Amino acid sequence: MLEIEGLAVEREERLLFSGLSVKLSAGEGLHIVGKNGAGKTTLLRALCGLTLPATGVIKWNDQDVTEFREAFCSDLLYLGHKNANKTELNCRENLRLALGIQTISDEEVGDALHEAGLGMLSHLPTRFLSQGQQRRLSLARLLLSKATLWVLDEPYVALDYKAIEWLDSILERHLKNKGLLVLTSHQTLTMSSTIRVLNLGEQHA
Amino acid sequence: MSAARRIPWMKYASASNFYPLANRLVPLFMGLAIILAVIGLYIGFFVAPEDYQQGNSYRIMFLHVPAAWMSMFIYLLLAMYAIISLVWRVKMADIMAYSLAPTGAMFTFIALLTGALWGRPTWGTYWIWDARLTSELLLLFLYLGYMGLYSAIPDRQRASRAASFLAIVGVVNVPIIYFSVIWWNTLHQGSSFSVSEGASMTSDMLSALLLMALACWAYTIAVVLRRAQAVILERKKVALWASQISKK
Amino acid sequence: MHKMLWKLFSRDMTLFMHRKQDVVTVLGFFLIAVALFPLGISSDPELLKTIAPGAVWIAALFSTVLALDRLFSEDLDDGTLEQQMLMPVPIALLLLVRLIAHWVITGLPLVLLAPLIGLQFGLSFDEIVILTLSLLIGTPILVLLGAIGAALTVGLKSSGGLVTLLLLPLYVPILILGTSAVSSSMHGVDVTAHFSLMGAALLVSLVLSPFAVATALKITLD
Repeated sequence: MLEIEGLAVEREERLLFSGLSVKLSAGEGLHIVGKNGAGKTTLLRALCGLTLPATGVIKWNDQDVTEFREAFCSDLLYLGHKNANKTELNCRENLRLALGIQTISDEEVGDALHEAGLGMLSHLPTRFLSQGQQRRLSLARLLLSKATLWVLDEPYVALDYKAIEWLDSILERHLKNKGLLVLTSHQTLTMSSTIRVLNLGEQHA
Repeated sequence: MSAARRIPWMKYASASNFYPLANRLVPLFMGLAIILAVIGLYIGFFVAPEDYQQGNSYRIMFLHVPAAWMSMFIYLLLAMYAIISLVWRVKMADIMAYSLAPTGAMFTFIALLTGALWGRPTWGTYWIWDARLTSELLLLFLYLGYMGLYSAIPDRQRASRAASFLAIVGVVNVPIIYFSVIWWNTLHQGSSFSVSEGASMTSDMLSALLLMALACWAYTIAVVLRRAQAVILERKKVALWASQISKK
Repeated sequence: MHKMLWKLFSRDMTLFMHRKQDVVTVLGFFLIAVALFPLGISSDPELLKTIAPGAVWIAALFSTVLALDRLFSEDLDDGTLEQQMLMPVPIALLLLVRLIAHWVITGLPLVLLAPLIGLQFGLSFDEIVILTLSLLIGTPILVLLGAIGAALTVGLKSSGGLVTLLLLPLYVPILILGTSAVSSSMHGVDVTAHFSLMGAALLVSLVLSPFAVATALKITLD
């Protein structure tokens, strides 16, 4: 269970938002909306611990994430704007690297890449892939990850209709399996599960 | 902010309280600096006797030694503010560190320059790779590194934190550098003692030195406070712009 | 966790395999920089022996700074640095592994080239041994300390000269220690003290530097 209490984040002398408090339980999703510059990406990064908030506490399963960092990180999967793939490595190598500690069989890697539509390209260095294909590669880790909390920043960018449907199915499956989801997206979500919406514009200092 | 209320003078950690205080203090310390400097220089250049070894050329010590002291004290002060800024995230501390740096660098430069000018009549050469001057040179690099890093990072928050961290790493390094340079100096049998140890002090010389040191302190306080005020204004301006843009 | 650390180590090794030319560039720079000293000063054999420790160490210093650039900059650009910061392992440990890998790839070759350069400068066998040993202990220290500067300046456009300026004061004590070890041994002085100090410096760097680099990276990624 994720708890955010009184979160405030500053950027460039400006208080982006303050007093943000949210509780997210298993199977729940949170969609962060707001204008450009409202602080959506910063909020997600603060949630993961990449940015230090001005004030506020974030608790994962009742434990402060700054004190129990490793426990939090082992349950966390974060996908930012960048694809986090090494361009010299091929799809298989990148997927394995992305999953960190997890042991996965070659078969599972192959299956995941196949589902992502990259089956034929699995041995190609990722620099030969198109934007959309690279995005699908980074999303492929969602298929194998055992992380409970998914924090996704604009995951739908560069995806075509089929891929969007594919991502929707993955996210819905995750929520059904008692996973938690926090995401931002400029587009209207097409998932069938209901997701709470948090509008950052209404959180101003 | 509750911590600030508990300690009375911590209210100056808020820029809006600091500003009027600085306004009152700056002319006071500037005046003090001028008076002390005039007296100190007078004693140093006209009252204190000639040195039996170095004649009149030793008098540049009244600039060199206080400048060298200031260059080191200011760095320590800068590092202290850097720690406060980084650990307790007090913005005023960062502004103070940032404002101290140019003055510290200036004193380091003056110390190097006067050290060279002193070296010429004493050792026949403008520069000497003794422990003190070489350490002073490296101290200049520490200052330049701090200022360079601060200005190279566009995001001001990241810049202040990175530069503060650098200053802390630097201050830990200063004794290491100093001792390694001393050791290096003994290895190569360079000058057996640095220029500033040549003179034996009369009470006139001592008082001139102390007066000049105090004058430098007063000057530093005045200049740094003034610079801090300018920085506060600059940053408030930026913050105002940023919030206006975000409202559109 | 050991698996994770090993994975990180082999990741850096694999990446190196794909980009051998980067490392070749650094080595080439090292060799050329060293060659500049006799070219720029004098090829007098006696003089060469005197400047050998300094020349080799200074060239190694600059090569290390050059190589440090590739430690974090690519990972920052493609987003993998963030992912590393989110791994469920202590960040200091993660960084220690990466720094060791980085040294193996960029520092160890310098150490292996040292005997060749020693010959170029006309050093005797014993002197070459001391020179190589000093680099063997010294170059890891340079990498460990240099990573702090690299972490603070990663992603900056102007970083080239800036990193050198930042690292110079940190490097001076090691430079003095390393070169004096070699030149003292050339004068017949016992250098156990020098190497003990260097060993101590290496241990301290191994323990403290990963934490410093972690803090620096957190500041950079903030």
